[in-house]
Amino acid sequence: MKLGGARPLNPGRWLGVPMLMCMGATILFAAPLRVWGLQLPEPVFAMVPAFAWAMIRPSILAPFAILVLGLFLDIFWGGPTGLWGLSLLVAYAMVLILRNAMTGQSRPMMWAWFAGITGVAMVAAFLFTMLDSLAMPSLLAVFWQFLVTALLFPFAHRLVDRFEDADVRFR
Amino acid sequence: MPFREGPLGDLKVPLTWTAAVALIVAAVIAVAFLLADRRETLQEQAYGVTRQTVDTVAKPVSGAIAAPGRWTGLGLDYVRSYFFTASENRRLKAELAEMRQWRDRALALQDQNDRYKSLLGLRTDPPIPMASARVVSDSRGPFANTRLADAGSERGIAVGNPALNERGLVGRVVGVSRGASRILLLTDIASRTPVMIDRTNARAILTGDGGPNPKLEYLRGVDPIQQGDRVVTSGDGGVVPRGLPVGAAVKGLDGRWRVVLFADQAAIDYVRILLFKDFSQLANQKELEAKVLPPVTTEDPQSSILSTPPAAAPKPATPTPATPPAVAPPKPAPPAKPAASGAPR
Repeated sequence: MKLGGARPLNPGRWLGVPMLMCMGATILFAAPLRVWGLQLPEPVFAMVPAFAWAMIRPSILAPFAILVLGLFLDIFWGGPTGLWGLSLLVAYAMVLILRNAMTGQSRPMMWAWFAGITGVAMVAAFLFTMLDSLAMPSLLAVFWQFLVTALLFPFAHRLVDRFEDADVRFR
Repeated sequence: MPFREGPLGDLKVPLTWTAAVALIVAAVIAVAFLLADRRETLQEQAYGVTRQTVDTVAKPVSGAIAAPGRWTGLGLDYVRSYFFTASENRRLKAELAEMRQWRDRALALQDQNDRYKSLLGLRTDPPIPMASARVVSDSRGPFANTRLADAGSERGIAVGNPALNERGLVGRVVGVSRGASRILLLTDIASRTPVMIDRTNARAILTGDGGPNPKLEYLRGVDPIQQGDRVVTSGDGGVVPRGLPVGAAVKGLDGRWRVVLFADQAAIDYVRILLFKDFSQLANQKELEAKVLPPVTTEDPQSSILSTPPAAAPKPATPTPATPPAVAPPKPAPPAKPAASGAPR
């Protein structure tokens, strides 16, 4: 059997496991805890695979996995169905378009890219919410969620590092 | 035989383009979901079976995850109360002395209030039954502010029921399943609650925006509000009972009036859900929606308003009591079209 650089990834490992981990982290951070009157932050953990999967390789399954993750977020958080699915897909598409420019850059630069893409997802969610609810969400609340989500880059970096070289056709 | 070793093994699928098509298909599905969503209507049917199923599954999972945090909180409370018993006792004694004065005043006002009600023949609201529930999960983002409580339809909870903690109104129930109910917080962007300023009775709509302090919109009246005014539910529209404490008015940095919620002053770990039936639940919707217009025939103005009163008889010498002049009885109006039984009341 000759596959050259093609060593297809196991979807269960590079899509399934991160997806389940994101769901678990989301459920964990939804615990109604207060420490000295402060609540837990609520980052969008699904941004990690949305960024990393597009960096690793283009895929047919990944957009649907992101859609499932987004729908889970909407239903679990009680938001409008489809809001996070669509916003995460916008971010995923953006990374897919820009991945040639991003690949091989330094870690701080990649962190900046991740923050930028997170910003795109938040702006998309902001606009979709405005269209859906005909009301403007609080900019400060959006900013806080953006900030705590942007801090998740090390997880995205680890996921990219783990699978980036697995299929060299897409390097 | 594996696919790669077969005759189609060398077939090269343009994966980038296929991935782009998959992305577009997924986006179209997401848009369809978003357009079909009717979350903001707060109707029972809009909640859907999928959400109910997820809530039913999430309740025990989130409850188990939240349990260690709750136990830690209880343990810390125990330790705190052990070490600070003396100061706590002093504080409670002072509070009790103050409360005794308030109790006497409340009893006097209750007595006075009962007498006024009996004098006026006022029809008061019946007491509202309630169900207690523990919050097991909590979403706090800018686009969704909801909580999942561990009591559902088996306790009589229905969509639209208001939820309170010990300080004030928390939100309304937007979805119910067996064993769990989803509460839309006052801070959610889809939340609209009719409120009034306690001091001036000025009406407003409390509108959530995903931040901690919801806005007061459609505030009416001249100088209706001041910093620190108490905001309570107005009961307008019949969706929540009148007089539930909501919060205190503050001027936001953006120059708009906002409300610091009383419910946020304590942890929202337990809630009381009022099993309140709003007016729209009590009314017969089919009768309200019946398109039967009232009859257009009216009485003849010639015989009722425009007719001249009969010539007054010469006044007798003796004084008569001041009674209104007799008016000629109007001609009977033509028989109105009988209204159907389903006419609006």
